[in-house]
Amino acid sequence: MAKAMSGAMTGARMVVQALKDQGVDVVFGYPGGAVLPIYDEIFLQNDIRHILVRHEQGAIHMAEGYARSTGKVGVALVTSGPGATNAVTGLTDALLDSIPIVVLSGQVPTFMIGTDGFQEADTVGITRPCTKMNWLVKDTAKLADTIHQAFHVAKSGRPGPVLVDIPKDVQFATAEYTPVQRARTSHYQPRLKGDIDAITAMVEMLETAERPVFYTGGGVINSGSGASQLLREFVEATGFPITSTLMGLGAYPASGKNWLGMLGMHGLYEANLAMHGCDLMINVGARFDDRITGRIKDFSPHSRKVHIDIDASSINKVIRVDVPILGDVGHVLEDALRIWKARGRKVNKEGLAKWWKQIAEWRAVNCLDYKGSTKVIKPQYALQRLEALTKGMDRYITTEVGQHQMWAAQFLGFEAPNRWMTSGGLGTMGYGLPASIGVQIAHPEALVINVAGEASWLMNMQEMGTAMQFRAPVKQFILNNERLGMVRQWQELLHGERYSQSWSESLPDFVKLAEAFGCKGIKVSDPADLDDAILEMIRYDGPVIFDCLVEKHENCFPMIPSGKPHNEMLLGEADTQGVIKAAGAVLV
Amino acid sequence: MSALNIKRGSTSHSAYDLRDPNAEVIESHTLAILVENEPGVLARVIGLFSGRGYNIESLTVAETDHARHLSRITIVTSGTPQVIDQIEAQLRRMVPVHDVHDLTAEGPSVQRELALFKVAGKGEARIEALRLAEIFRAHVVDSTLESFVFEMTGTPEKIDSFADLMRPLGLKEIARTGVAALSRGV
Repeated sequence: MAKAMSGAMTGARMVVQALKDQGVDVVFGYPGGAVLPIYDEIFLQNDIRHILVRHEQGAIHMAEGYARSTGKVGVALVTSGPGATNAVTGLTDALLDSIPIVVLSGQVPTFMIGTDGFQEADTVGITRPCTKMNWLVKDTAKLADTIHQAFHVAKSGRPGPVLVDIPKDVQFATAEYTPVQRARTSHYQPRLKGDIDAITAMVEMLETAERPVFYTGGGVINSGSGASQLLREFVEATGFPITSTLMGLGAYPASGKNWLGMLGMHGLYEANLAMHGCDLMINVGARFDDRITGRIKDFSPHSRKVHIDIDASSINKVIRVDVPILGDVGHVLEDALRIWKARGRKVNKEGLAKWWKQIAEWRAVNCLDYKGSTKVIKPQYALQRLEALTKGMDRYITTEVGQHQMWAAQFLGFEAPNRWMTSGGLGTMGYGLPASIGVQIAHPEALVINVAGEASWLMNMQEMGTAMQFRAPVKQFILNNERLGMVRQWQELLHGERYSQSWSESLPDFVKLAEAFGCKGIKVSDPADLDDAILEMIRYDGPVIFDCLVEKHENCFPMIPSGKPHNEMLLGEADTQGVIKAAGAVLV
Repeated sequence: MSALNIKRGSTSHSAYDLRDPNAEVIESHTLAILVENEPGVLARVIGLFSGRGYNIESLTVAETDHARHLSRITIVTSGTPQVIDQIEAQLRRMVPVHDVHDLTAEGPSVQRELALFKVAGKGEARIEALRLAEIFRAHVVDSTLESFVFEMTGTPEKIDSFADLMRPLGLKEIARTGVAALSRGV
């Protein structure tokens, strides 16, 4: 009996033990009544570092930034009630962007559940639609096993957020610990290998295609660095053009010769027209999001479509495809490359040459062109200078949500996967600052920059305290136009220039704010001073709040208005008069 | 497209189905979903339907495999072929879902529902109710001098027609279980 019970421990200790066994080295969290036993255990050990956040939403976004930049599972720990409800936005964000995170939440003791106890909330009920899976653990004996399951589910198949809700009495009670190797084998084992017949069909199509395009997404990043490597090899070997969604940037290097740039609502002219005009579209780990497709009816009307995805529900959800391939991107690309090589590495050289000639014409439009200024900093210019002055550095970029995010995607180049952390699906303002801290904690020596708008940035600015406390030298590169820029842009184009509530009144003095947090503030408004200011930011050994005052009314182009197809793109101000009809205005 | 020579069902979600996937016609489908018998799993399945705007016309659930800890949820739903495919794919990717069968698409199946009818009346109406019950093979499971409770098992359509007949004869209440269904053959 004594021997059998050798692994007995409290539930709270089990939590810490299970995290260690899962290889976790850092937890982002905030204590509270219902997780105090777990915090006791964290206090008693040194293997797992705890990052104390200032708001639970920050903890989840930090875990996301950590996960996205390392390929590992991010972990957050929150208390019951408000701790858990504050996690909801982050969980939803991670669900839509397929980011693997495990959130542990405290809960009132089992005997108090349902009594409206202090800080009681139906956490599993509230988080059910915004998690890939969640569990309420009522028995300490099942706690370790459930945490192991949680990690398995978070990172298997299409990754996503999971939550384990742990009542306080379960944390206090003692039971036998279940090591990883004795954990229940989950029936949840998504298939990785794609169907060989379907892959062969894709290869046959790409051998003859005249106007092919690779359309890649976040699935390539999630599949691991091997998948990016295979994608690069495939693209180079076939000579096909490649574009990517916002989530997939970096899988193929921005400096690569086949790179068309990002596609979609604010994507590049050549990328969108290539999508519209192609005769073969190879979707690799993307999901035909509405920001990508524009008007469904007119989406890439003349192409045959292949879709590689690990999630069957993504296939044929929005766009019917000709060849669906269910499987992991890395595995499928490996098989596809092997089959294509074995069949003699055939491509339609003549067709491709014509296709590239056409693409060159589209490129010549120079769609990212903007009117420069010597008086005021154009946001595009600020990003071009940031790119030029940080190129080649060990650099990670996070963003908030809005115009600055789109400009960052357009003007910054990503050479490797896991270097670009942004809220794509949910579009969560307030994501970037905490995400940058999560990235910096994972990569202490790297240059981590959050490209932000002043409005988004204010949403989670309390996390500057976290950055200071844990010496995370994150650079907050705020493009300050004193406007909710994207809202303002839509109001200009769609709502008769009625700028309802879209300006930032009573903004703080960001330099003084930086001083209040104990970090460095830099303010710049003259284009002539910009380079020196950026260099000062990079060189400063600590967090910086960089207040870059930019042109207030700049619009983000190119733009495919809602409800329009790819070939009806707006390239600049001159194109915008009266183009958006009522039917488009109801879309978001 | 068949020139591509992709085997039907070569992936779990083939676009090469024989029926027209773009048809706008609304079909009714019966889905059998095997799930882990754990708290919250039913809520997760139901939440999928409400969250994504799918219909539930009927729902039954009970544990069917005690040893493996599995419950069987039978849902009758309706939608265009694309929506039905999407529902199945969405169900299939849920972590606690072990298996999904579209009984309508997979071939012939038997569908049964149990219903209880309370019918109150006197005189000729009461006699007529009893006579019709016999024709429909409904059993009397409770009787007072002024009422019957009939029990009937059958397809939802049969139960609907019996209810229609009972309505003018003093139908007071109906309780229905929802559809249970199995595919025919082995």
